[in-house]
Amino acid sequence: MRPGTLAIRNGLLIDPAEKLEGKYDVLLKDGRVIEVAPHGKLRGKADESFNARSLIVAPGFIDIHVHLREPGQTHKETIASGTMAAAAGGFTSVCTMPNTSPVNDSAEITRWMLDPARGAHVNVFPVAAATLGSRGEQLTDFAALKRAGAVAFSDDGKPILDDKIMRQTLAAASALNMPVVQHAEDCRMTVGSAMNAGPTAFRLGLRGWPGEAESSIVERDIRLTAETKGRYHVAHLSTAAALRAVRKAKRDRLRVTCEITPHHFTLLDEEVGLYDTNFKMNPPLRSREDREALLAGLADGAVDCVATDHAPHAAHEKNQEFDRAPFGITGLETALGLCISVLHSRHNIPLQRIVELLSTNPARVMNLQGRGTLAVGARADVTIFDPAKKWTYHAAQSYSKSKNSPFDGRQLQGKVMATVVGGVIKFRE
Amino acid sequence: MSRTRSLIELEHLSADEIAVFLKLARRMQSGQPKPLLRGKRIALLFYEASTRTRVSFEFAAKLLGTHTSVINATASSIEKGESLVDTGKTLQALGADCIVVRHPSSGAPHVLNRNLQVPIINAGDGMHEHPSQGLLDAYTILRHKKSLKGLRITMIGDIQHSRVVRSNVHLLSKFGAQIVLCGPPELLPEHAGALAPGVKVSRHIEEATRKADVVMMLRVQKERLAGLRLDANHYIAHYQLTPERLKLAKSDAIVMHPGPMVRGMEIQSEIADGPQSVIEEQVHNGVYVRMAILSICLGVQ
Repeated sequence: MRPGTLAIRNGLLIDPAEKLEGKYDVLLKDGRVIEVAPHGKLRGKADESFNARSLIVAPGFIDIHVHLREPGQTHKETIASGTMAAAAGGFTSVCTMPNTSPVNDSAEITRWMLDPARGAHVNVFPVAAATLGSRGEQLTDFAALKRAGAVAFSDDGKPILDDKIMRQTLAAASALNMPVVQHAEDCRMTVGSAMNAGPTAFRLGLRGWPGEAESSIVERDIRLTAETKGRYHVAHLSTAAALRAVRKAKRDRLRVTCEITPHHFTLLDEEVGLYDTNFKMNPPLRSREDREALLAGLADGAVDCVATDHAPHAAHEKNQEFDRAPFGITGLETALGLCISVLHSRHNIPLQRIVELLSTNPARVMNLQGRGTLAVGARADVTIFDPAKKWTYHAAQSYSKSKNSPFDGRQLQGKVMATVVGGVIKFRE
Repeated sequence: MSRTRSLIELEHLSADEIAVFLKLARRMQSGQPKPLLRGKRIALLFYEASTRTRVSFEFAAKLLGTHTSVINATASSIEKGESLVDTGKTLQALGADCIVVRHPSSGAPHVLNRNLQVPIINAGDGMHEHPSQGLLDAYTILRHKKSLKGLRITMIGDIQHSRVVRSNVHLLSKFGAQIVLCGPPELLPEHAGALAPGVKVSRHIEEATRKADVVMMLRVQKERLAGLRLDANHYIAHYQLTPERLKLAKSDAIVMHPGPMVRGMEIQSEIADGPQSVIEEQVHNGVYVRMAILSICLGVQ
């Protein structure tokens, strides 16, 4: 279906990439933004109009860290179901991690994921495995993967642990000007660990997961990034110490970026309750001191992106002993609500900065040309949201196949009202 | 007949609730056992090796007139397929009135409790709690001391991996005891002091035993060390309970051990078998305490 023209009128436009904030209408045609004009001043005609009165109109949100489980684990999620959840959460693009089954370590699998037959509702940008089978031994064919559509390299779910392999990965990705996304976990320090090391882990008799397991890898990687002049991105950063290392790398003008998940800036390790496995994820929820440091970084610009690490698991997989249950929670549909409730309402972070974290910066980190902005000529990906609307999230009503969320039943402020992908409304409240 | 209830941890019980268990245990010990639970079916689901706890629960259940069935599962048999939840549902469908569970995973009894209707009794879960041991230890102390309030109670050894410690600390703290935890940093993290009010951490056994009313020794749990290497000679030199060290405690101090003991490691034989030791009595009392637990959890008092 060829999209007609769509006008989004009467909203408050926030486009940090263009340093634009104000009462503008936007006209979309043929998958592009063709006009931005003050309210009522659009010259072009529209087949369809969306009235965004008292709503925010932002460049489409981009979640650079999701697990859509396809190929291989379609009982948890599919590309179709996961991207529908993405659309409902205001995300017009998602970057899918390679720990599928089989691992996305070849151009063939990357192309298969991008095939229209998968039924994606939003743009999908695969992150390909950095090493074959994500075994950490031998690099994949970066150039071929890039040609097939991969936007970054990562062994997410596992770290790239070996110094030599990490150096090779950074150098090879840098030659293609692509980022390496690191799951920073020194597994030697986390054997059998199920939650953050600290008083709560001790009380529950669970093996503690030290913050150093993250910061030591980030520190090592930053040294290698300096050496190789690479581009390095820290996935789901969770500790104050790792953020300190990223801040220093930025001061040193290295190409180092990081993302933080909504659950790490919202929850604490002590909220795990009576072994609630919907509070079990990798990296684990951290201490109050860590969360304060993350919130500071989200406010002052040290943190580049908010990414969900959307990690669906079937109910029976989570309904287990805490130390046996898989890591991970869903996140696509609660991300904006948590950003508004926690970052904006509670911590006074301006909406413009939140759009930067959800759209402008993710596009930059992943080199997504023509996205993360609503400048004329940009892709017609738009997220329209109501920052004041209060609603209650019910996991059972999620578009995701899985319902493993610690935010089930939580009241949130900030609701996605429409998600426009390539000029077509894919979700409407 | 009152309501049934689970017993999963002492942490969330009040002192009054705990006192009910201790009081009934005294009645169980003083009278002839009565078949209060005649015809009830008790499933003893053990995913970990156990001698004293399993036999103790089994005897207690039989003395109350129940039918018992012991299911010896191992962690590796779960790997083969059936989940804990499905195993629990099977036992419930077979007519179990109560499931006593021992499991290597902390929190496993909560998983059963959330998914089943029958009461769950925790017979030890991972490094979390061992409530029946906590109750029988308090019961044993109270047979030698008037009250728990103000007692100086020292626990020495592998604190980190001990579910007995966690149950004991929660219980004793609620009754106003002063608790000293003693062990090397790798077996006793500093934040253990935050477990409950009135808990201190000590690295020196001499300091910890001085003026103690109760000295509780713990085994180094080799099976839970997860790659941690411990120098046995160093451990013995610094943390073994010797007659010299015991002399620092009050003259009427009692020595306890939840078992199994490793003689010559954490404790010397002459103390384990000496006049201050109540180790065998702990085991003996366990049966009465578990009779009380089964009765209360099945709603018959």
